[in-house]
Amino acid sequence: MQLLSSAIGRKVVMAATGLFMLLFVIVHLLGNSTIFAGPNAINAYAEKLQSLGPFVWAFRLFLLFMLFFHVIYGILLTLENAAANPGKYAVKKMLKATFASETMIWTGLLLLAFIVYHLLQFTVRVTPDVVLGNDAKGRFDVYTMVAGSLKIAPIAMVYVAAMVTLFLHLSHGIQSIFQSAGLSNDKALPQYTVIGKLLAVIFLVGYSAIPVLILAGILAK
Amino acid sequence: MSDHTSEHRTMTLKLIVWRQKGQNEPGRFETYVARNITEHHSFLEMLDVVNEELIREGKDPIAFDHDCREGICGMCSTVVNGVPHGGQERTTVCQLHMRKFKDGDTIYLEPWRARAFPILKDLVVDRGALDKIIQAGGYTSCHTGGVPDANSTPVSKAESDYAMDAAECIGCGACVAACPNGAAMLFTGAKISQFAALPQGQVEAPERVAGMVNAMQECGFGNCTNHYECQAACPKGIHVKFIARMNREFLKALFRAKSGSHTFIGEGQD
Amino acid sequence: MILDGKAPNGPIESTWDRHRFEMKLVNPSNKRKYKILVVGTGLAGASAAASLGELGYNVEAFCYQDSPRRAHSIAAQGGINAAKNYPNDGDSIFRLFYDTIKGGDFRAREADVWRLAQVSNNIIDQCVAQGVPFARDYAGYLDNRSFGGAQVSRTFFARGQTGQQLLLGAYSALSRQIKIGTVRMFPRTEMLDLVVADGEAKAITVRDLVTGEIRVHAGDAVLLCTGGYVNVFYLSTNAMGCSVTALWKAHRKGAFFANPCYTQIHPTCIPQAGEYQSKLTLMSESLRNDGRCWVPKRKEDCRKTPNSIPEEDRDYYLERKYPSFGNLAPRDIASRAAKEQCDDGRGVGPGGRGVYLDLKDSIARLGEQVIRERYGNLFEMYERITDENGYKVPMRIYPAPHYAMGGLWVDYDLMSNLPGLFVLGEANFSVHGANRLGASALMQGLADGYFVIPYTIANYLARTRPGKVSADHAECRKSVEEVKGYTRKLLSVNGNRTVTEFMRELGHLMWNHCGMARSKESLSEAIARIPAIREEFWQNVKVGGTGEEFNQQLENAGRTADFLEFSELLCRDALDRNESCGGHFRVEYQYPDGEAKRDDENYCYVAAWEWKGIDKPPELHKEPLKFENVHLAVRSYK
Ligand SMILES: Cc1cc2nc3c(=O)[nH]c(=O)nc-3n(C[C@H](O)[C@H](O)[C@H](O)COP(=O)(O)OP(=O)(O)OC[C@H]3O[C@@H](n4cnc5c(N)ncnc54)[C@H](O)[C@@H]3O)c2cc1C
Ligand code: HEM
Ligand code: SF4
Ligand code: FES
Repeated sequence: MQLLSSAIGRKVVMAATGLFMLLFVIVHLLGNSTIFAGPNAINAYAEKLQSLGPFVWAFRLFLLFMLFFHVIYGILLTLENAAANPGKYAVKKMLKATFASETMIWTGLLLLAFIVYHLLQFTVRVTPDVVLGNDAKGRFDVYTMVAGSLKIAPIAMVYVAAMVTLFLHLSHGIQSIFQSAGLSNDKALPQYTVIGKLLAVIFLVGYSAIPVLILAGILAK
Repeated sequence: MSDHTSEHRTMTLKLIVWRQKGQNEPGRFETYVARNITEHHSFLEMLDVVNEELIREGKDPIAFDHDCREGICGMCSTVVNGVPHGGQERTTVCQLHMRKFKDGDTIYLEPWRARAFPILKDLVVDRGALDKIIQAGGYTSCHTGGVPDANSTPVSKAESDYAMDAAECIGCGACVAACPNGAAMLFTGAKISQFAALPQGQVEAPERVAGMVNAMQECGFGNCTNHYECQAACPKGIHVKFIARMNREFLKALFRAKSGSHTFIGEGQD
Repeated sequence: MILDGKAPNGPIESTWDRHRFEMKLVNPSNKRKYKILVVGTGLAGASAAASLGELGYNVEAFCYQDSPRRAHSIAAQGGINAAKNYPNDGDSIFRLFYDTIKGGDFRAREADVWRLAQVSNNIIDQCVAQGVPFARDYAGYLDNRSFGGAQVSRTFFARGQTGQQLLLGAYSALSRQIKIGTVRMFPRTEMLDLVVADGEAKAITVRDLVTGEIRVHAGDAVLLCTGGYVNVFYLSTNAMGCSVTALWKAHRKGAFFANPCYTQIHPTCIPQAGEYQSKLTLMSESLRNDGRCWVPKRKEDCRKTPNSIPEEDRDYYLERKYPSFGNLAPRDIASRAAKEQCDDGRGVGPGGRGVYLDLKDSIARLGEQVIRERYGNLFEMYERITDENGYKVPMRIYPAPHYAMGGLWVDYDLMSNLPGLFVLGEANFSVHGANRLGASALMQGLADGYFVIPYTIANYLARTRPGKVSADHAECRKSVEEVKGYTRKLLSVNGNRTVTEFMRELGHLMWNHCGMARSKESLSEAIARIPAIREEFWQNVKVGGTGEEFNQQLENAGRTADFLEFSELLCRDALDRNESCGGHFRVEYQYPDGEAKRDDENYCYVAAWEWKGIDKPPELHKEPLKFENVHLAVRSYK
């Protein structure tokens, strides 16, 4: 139980759960990118996923579990840290901390809100904008559903904003994984930072491209 | 080369200083003027000048901690304009010189602020918590006498230099003061890393990291979220890689405990 | 009275081993019944407290800083000596012993010095076991350098922070005992009186510097490990809080003060830049291994930028005067030579009080990179303080008060003339004679604490019943009342001058009249003027606030008041010693070439002074010194 109760153990939990979610973010981006290849590709991909049955559920549960721990410990950590620092400096100049590093809890909570919304929308499919239907081959038409919702400007904007949030969260978070898990040193740390920022940018561009291109009418006319 | 023989140009500065009578009393900022300060005054000598004047006026001088005034004892501890030790790289506030300021500058002076460091008076805080962390394992349990010849265990130069890099910490607590989370991870990480790199530190490595991390929590320090403010404020330039090393040592100890080779402190022995 | 140091007789090689065997032991199960009060947590105090706690004694330790880790031992840069002879260059216990006796200008007790040399090797073993990261070579073995004029490489070091690393080692051992509960630590606590009950030192009265509480701690023995007193010169390389207070209070209670006039002036310090200055900073003497000291040959050149002065117009005075030792001449000699040049009007920098320390030739020979590796932190420090780049312009240095060889008188067991009062480290007078060699103070502090006191204290304790005196003993209560009264007195003067003004005035007087060059006239004048300053202090000092709070003015006032009394004793001792030896240089006693002229006929003794009251001159007791293993000789470094 030291892992969950000790100061460093909790950091490691944050890092590990963050890492799994990061891996998901990567896989998810690759999967989503099939949309650029057209309706057929993404619908085929979605069907393939569905056919895995119990595995999909196991995977989802695992991720939810990760998310749960990540959120609980993120909130706990933030509260504990706020208590440890009365934070009453009249003047405080930050030398190294960044906007991203200082707002982890806020970007995290925004992401949580987004994840709930996103799941309700495209996984549970209960938001009013969702278009349900099958494609010509009789598969569930993911393509039409996504394009249908993201054509609506405010929804597309929400997606882009969420991706900016994710960018911020991960531009600090990725290098943080290595540091927290004790896998970093003076030579590696700057490299992790660069890799982390790079990945965060790729996510930002990659994920945002979908709503932006749909909204701009380039994808899914 | 600045010319020491010529007349010093002098400056006048406005100081906004945290004044607090005692630990449980309210504090507030007071404004003072420092006059006739030359660029060769050290920061603390500038404060001496202000204090001498306050004493002559029958007022209470500003209390601040200091002793060696050469950057090694770790006693001095003032946040200057929002940065512990004033922000000159690898420099304690006692070694900060007034040439870094301009005539007419306004300077804010505040104590280290962290839950684990109660303020005793004005700029003086109680850093006993750092001693507690060391007491929880920052040593090798060798007896006086009865140890092997110093050269009986060679230590590679690289490891020994690494240990020395970590050992340079002066225990000033600026890392805690700078940390948005009031964490003492840099201080603790440096001590754990010093021993982790040396053969002498191996035997007790698991108990050490468990004990010290635990003490850190018990003393009310926060947790690291990798802002790296500590390294930036540290007057000895202690690197955050030592925090990563501590995390690694912690995990190593944890896995060794799980595999039964020893009992993790805090898990209880019967 | 003729004092007896109780040094064992017989062949010097076996003195310590025989003595260890002959001393009494305290039964292990009885040890915890004895309480030992350790004042000071520098190298001497921390190592003693840790070792005694480990043996099972009940220890209480005190320091005025907020943590035991901050004692001024932390500031030592250069290194620590030991006779390990790892480099195979001819070192031995005998040679270290010999060098220390000779370096001390034949004013130390032979047996004590022998013991120091003998245990020096254990210290290095101990420190390495504690995880002290000494410098190592590429094969992984410990590295040595030659230091402070030694002709063998016997100095162990940890970058430029040896004192720090050794102290942190001792502090870690102390922390371990605190955790175990054998040692109770009282930081931010200043000792303000020694309690002597029935002729034995049994308690101390302290002030809690946070709350102002004045209380007594009673025990079975008191160890003073409170460091040196050269802040009597006001500006010195010591920390701001270093004081003579603990020693002086003990002296007033009957402990003899030995050789107070032996003060060391360190040659390589950053010169004073202005009147406001609060302390002087030492630059490690190791710089002299690669640096050359010079001043312009002509007075007219002193204001020129140094790089514009051609080689032929520079006077490399140390190489000129001491061809065989050159820039590595011992401290007292190098300091005096610098002063001579400045007195001759050829000093440089503010007030003409400075000489150049030039590393140009070494930079040319070895490259800037090598020099940076060796001394980078010193160059950085120099630049932070002076804003000058030592790689480009020669650094300016000037001697500064640095170390006190004198201290409370102790016998071979480190016990003062007051039974139960032990004195360790820089606070005692024992091994450095009239001059201390580089890298040997750290050695002494740790030798005393780790390897001497654990044995010798038993020799005393075994003869006394534990818990003889408790805190409600009449003497203890009296002491508390006296300290309270004294504190009130300081606070009630309410005059017009600040404590610092008095300290600065005293420091000036001491430096000018009793500094690097002393004479009958200058010393007599100082002895005449000090009481006047003291008197004015008690009439006109301004100390604000109350005694029941955190009050730094009050702390300083108390320390200054003690310096105002002690300084007079220092001058008296200097006046009484009609010879020049080591750090004590009397202008009347010198050879035609300016070298110190010792008088072994009349002054080969330890001068131990007994307090007789503020208005009465102290009484001198002598401990004659015998040299049976190293023969008295003129100390020459030509
Ligand atoms: C700048 C500098 C560089 C040096 N470099 C070297 C070197 O390279 N090699 C070498 O061998 N030596 C060196 N020395 C000398 C050496 O460092 C000291 O002589 C030695 O460390 C003294 O140790 P100590 O334990 O006796 O006293 P200190 O370390 O001075 O400790 C004194 C202790 O006593 C406490 N104390 C004092 N008064 C009171 C009181 N009234 N009440 C309670 N507590 C009190 C203090 O809090 C402190 O804990 C150097 C000295 C200086 C100043
Ligand atoms: C897509 C979802 C998310 C991903 C990929 C993600 C990823 C990460 C990563 C990699 C870290 C760094 C871990 C470390 O310190 O080593 C991190 C930290 C953090 N996360 Fe998340 N996170 C996500 C969602 C959330 C949510 C919903 C919250 C809400 C509470 C949150 C709160 C935090 C906080 C407070 C931290 C700071 C911990 C620290 O910096 O030490 N995250 N996250
Ligand atoms: S790590 Fe740096 S800032 Fe923190 S206590 Fe040590 S020296 Fe001070
Ligand atoms: S006063 Fe010692 S480090 Fe600043």
